[in-house]
Amino acid sequence: MLASFWQSFEQLPGLEQIGRAFWELASNGTLLRSTIASLFRVTVGFYLAALLAIPVGLALGRRPVVYHWVNPIIQFLRPISPLAWVPFAMLWFGIGEKSAIFIIFFASFFPILVPTVKAASGIHPMYFQVAANLQFGVWESLRLVILPATMPNILLALRVALGISWLVVVAAEMIAVKSGLGYLIIDARNALRMDYVVVAMVTIGIIGLLLDLAMTRLEHLESVRWKLEQK
Amino acid sequence: MNRNKICVDHVTVRYKNGRNRAWPWSRKNGSNGAGKAHALDGASTAILQDITLDIDAGEFVCILGHSGCGKSTLLKVIAGFIKPDEGAVLIDGQKVNGPQNDHVFVFQEGALFPWLTIIENVDLALRSIGNASERREKAQYYLELVALEGAGGHYPHMLSGGMRQRAEIARALAAQPDILMMDEPFSGLDYLTRLHMREEMLNLHAMLPDTTILFVTHDIDESLQMSNRLVILSESPARIKCCRQIDVPHPRTAVCPTLSEMRTQIYHHLGVHSAL
Repeated sequence: MLASFWQSFEQLPGLEQIGRAFWELASNGTLLRSTIASLFRVTVGFYLAALLAIPVGLALGRRPVVYHWVNPIIQFLRPISPLAWVPFAMLWFGIGEKSAIFIIFFASFFPILVPTVKAASGIHPMYFQVAANLQFGVWESLRLVILPATMPNILLALRVALGISWLVVVAAEMIAVKSGLGYLIIDARNALRMDYVVVAMVTIGIIGLLLDLAMTRLEHLESVRWKLEQK
Repeated sequence: MNRNKICVDHVTVRYKNGRNRAWPWSRKNGSNGAGKAHALDGASTAILQDITLDIDAGEFVCILGHSGCGKSTLLKVIAGFIKPDEGAVLIDGQKVNGPQNDHVFVFQEGALFPWLTIIENVDLALRSIGNASERREKAQYYLELVALEGAGGHYPHMLSGGMRQRAEIARALAAQPDILMMDEPFSGLDYLTRLHMREEMLNLHAMLPDTTILFVTHDIDESLQMSNRLVILSESPARIKCCRQIDVPHPRTAVCPTLSEMRTQIYHHLGVHSAL
């Protein structure tokens, strides 16, 4: 057993070979093209999810009666892996961009929605009493109370959701499209080019790291720092 | 003296057994706060029972009572946050139907918005002023009034508890209220800061003699030192046990015989007989 394990370990391409593969993929533009294709899908799907999940989450959080009835539906849909939607995505949108974006959207929608609802419903009622006392209108309550109070939690949720969409894009591209880093991996596997597979994996890791760093920077913005410093 | 006269007319407030369930089909009744524990099987128990009270403009009234007896509830009814089940509150002859910005409430714990700086918080009460520089000036004026002129750019969490409470008073005053309602505003502060705050409250009241101040507290010395009138509430349900007029001029000292006699009486009313 140890021998077979060693054998499988030996199948990993050497550093030198990986370096050469990286140079090949980078110089012929495949790596950049694949990365851009993947990032584009993540960006569009993620933005669509955020644009829908944040307002819906805030509304549900402030309307406990509605949330009470909608929550079971959310909790029913949430545990279904976004990849389980691949057959339907392909049926509805065919093979291509839209399917992948739809899957990314699904993957990041609930991780943004649920924390947003929690954050909005957890705002201390005292702040709303202050708002009522100072005669805030609906728009002012949203701008001066609800949004700033929930922003730190929403940013955290966005950070998690972006990580998840980056995870899912690779899987989606393996099935639903013919471009991107996920497709690069599947294509390289079919050609038995394990060095290309490693290059794609490393690229995915580095970009994931950079995305997370960017989101962490957002958490240090002036408008949300109070939450960090309060404790 | 009829302007801004507060008239609390036979007000009764009961607990309601709120339902706050996570799932439509779950049968568990959630409770929304400690008070709900009094209610059994959906029955409602009174928090305030038939409270009738008249307060004139410019009075400084302290509402005293045991912790949890309903003092804050009474104040919130007057502020319009809680609708009474029976009776009504009339201010200036008008029935109170909800919070208004000329009857401002100062909360027990930090109610400054933590996401805004101190001056931005004060500015919230000045939104009706269109001119930006005039607004800025006004906000700065109210900060100076509570000796916080240097702290405008800070966030609430950077300040001490006493400074935060002062900033909140500044925000309340910036709304130019006729009535200032304070719900144990100094209870979270240390003893020395509390003494300073009492002095500052008296100075402010001397500066704004037309402003009525309703001050909920369980600190008997605090109420004796500051108020014109004491209203002592009994426990569950809260009824008015007695009222006391205090005519001793300011500054008052604790050794004043009238006050120390009154102090003993109040302690007796609140059920404390030996620890004086």
